[in-house]
Amino acid sequence: MARSTDHLSGDGNDVATASGYRDAPPRMGFFTDTSICIGCKACEVACKEWNHVPEDGLLFTGMSYDNTQGLGADTWRHVAFIEQNKQPDAEGTPNEFRWLMSSDVCKHCTHAACLDVCPTGSLFRTEFGTVVVQEDVCNGCGYCIPACPYGVIDQRKDDGRAWKCTLCYDRLTVGMEPACAKACPTNSIQFGPLDELRTRAQRRVQDMQAHGIHDARLYGHDPDDGVGGDGAFFLLLAAPEVYGLPPNPVVTTRDLPAMWKHVAVATGAALVTLAAAFVGARR
Amino acid sequence: MATGSRVTANGLQGARPDRDATVGVAVGTGPKKNRRGEQAMVPDATFTSYYGLPVINQPVWKAPDIPGYFFCGGLAGTASVIAAVADLTGRPALARAAKVGSAGAVLVGMVGLVHDLGRPARALNMLRVFKPTSPMSVGTWLLSAYTPAAVVAAATAVTHRFRPLGALATGAAALLGPAVASYTGALVADTAVPAWHDAHREMPYLFVASGAVAAAGLAMFAAPTQESAPARRVAVVAATADIACSRLIEQRLGMVGEPYATGTGGKYMQAARALTGGGALGAALSGRSRALSRTAGLALVAGSFCTKMGVFEAGLTSANDPRYTVQPQRERLEQAERAPEPSAPDRGAP
Repeated sequence: MARSTDHLSGDGNDVATASGYRDAPPRMGFFTDTSICIGCKACEVACKEWNHVPEDGLLFTGMSYDNTQGLGADTWRHVAFIEQNKQPDAEGTPNEFRWLMSSDVCKHCTHAACLDVCPTGSLFRTEFGTVVVQEDVCNGCGYCIPACPYGVIDQRKDDGRAWKCTLCYDRLTVGMEPACAKACPTNSIQFGPLDELRTRAQRRVQDMQAHGIHDARLYGHDPDDGVGGDGAFFLLLAAPEVYGLPPNPVVTTRDLPAMWKHVAVATGAALVTLAAAFVGARR
Repeated sequence: MATGSRVTANGLQGARPDRDATVGVAVGTGPKKNRRGEQAMVPDATFTSYYGLPVINQPVWKAPDIPGYFFCGGLAGTASVIAAVADLTGRPALARAAKVGSAGAVLVGMVGLVHDLGRPARALNMLRVFKPTSPMSVGTWLLSAYTPAAVVAAATAVTHRFRPLGALATGAAALLGPAVASYTGALVADTAVPAWHDAHREMPYLFVASGAVAAAGLAMFAAPTQESAPARRVAVVAATADIACSRLIEQRLGMVGEPYATGTGGKYMQAARALTGGGALGAALSGRSRALSRTAGLALVAGSFCTKMGVFEAGLTSANDPRYTVQPQRERLEQAERAPEPSAPDRGAP
């Protein structure tokens, strides 16, 4: 479903209706509260099992407890491990060791670049406001891969097509929660209607701030950010880039109207210049 | 402390092992060719990343398929205009060379496009939808109209048959051609790859100018000098625009533009400027010298190919190094924090 260019940026939270659904269910998403993640990787395993995601290399990386490394065609949940010696802050809190863990996932952006640039219509917006690849349509053109500002979607090498988290579309359609959220033993991964999750996250971060945890911050919760807010957002305890997340992503198609204007000018200029070269030319 | 402790028959001697041996504190800079494998990097105080890994996933497009298509499409599209105007101004040999070159180039380019697909058998799925939000979709429909026109124009020129149809096809190819040459600039820019996206203003101009450089080179190589004077003019103008655009990209992008000046991308861009500049000089000086005209023509074609390879490689480098993604975004955030009231969203790059 092609979206008109006025949906390329700005606020657009009723994404399903904007995509043409009538009587769509509420937009569903994830709130991943990394402050209670214990790094058990149950989400990674549950995702792999439920979605039948193939093995993607058993390698030793030396990156703390993380041999998965990042999201890709065959990793739809990725638990990041960061061993950090936190520097003493202004209030004189001493140098402190801490272990950050965070389960990353497709953000199911309000303004999803992968969806915008897909030339086959394989990527589509579901009635739940999530973004899903139709694997029976994808021809592996690869455009969605560099379009994603988060490095989520990738090509499965021996298969040629692009794959990513579906937010368990199959489970959602029968009223079940996604496999990762279901398996999460600490409720670090919370699934539900996005507006409810946003309210809950706001309360949680205020609570933590009030208890003196000044590092706590939300990431991807803001409908006014560069991607119109994420369908899957996070509570982080450090800067996003520490977890491998872009600090201020912007959907690339926001600038597409400007690009088309430049293409039009360049095209016209080429036509005129090439024709003008013949005027009065020697023979 | 982790050091100095010993486990003996009487229990643990010395200090208890502690958690001070943190992993990954000394990483976070530099491009990485391979995401898998050992991490060992120099720390950078101004920039953090997750073990130096890229933030965005690297494009899976391959060379020479995709940069080759950018080159072929640019050459074909602009050569179609040369062909049509050559027809109108009575330069049959120039027209024929340009038409055959266009048709050949666009067909070779399309083979590259289909070959690069993860599922080449599904190439026609591109025709399921028309999406103005996807430069690739727009390009698919452009090519669907342009390619038959370019092929018919070439076939009728070679066989001297169906002349009215040939004239119609030549006209259609000339009108569609420049768009075929320029839309690919938007195609690369409409990604999260910093070196591509941040150059979204210049890229369509660079791509179409580089296309015209190749088309002029082809015409100078293949057409007799009596007829190719307009091509020599195109060569000079297009080469000037091409070099100006690539310089502008390098300068305006700041640190994000580094991959255009260094590494593989930098080498291609350097070669491109030398070949394009040299070719243009040759075009200006060649006059009726067939040998010089042909040599300069070849240099221009090679220069255009190097430009497309350079842009492609620079993009890969920029995608592969988290610095290019994180640092500009971090600066943008800090700027917004310094600003009194960030009411209008910043129009920078992702």
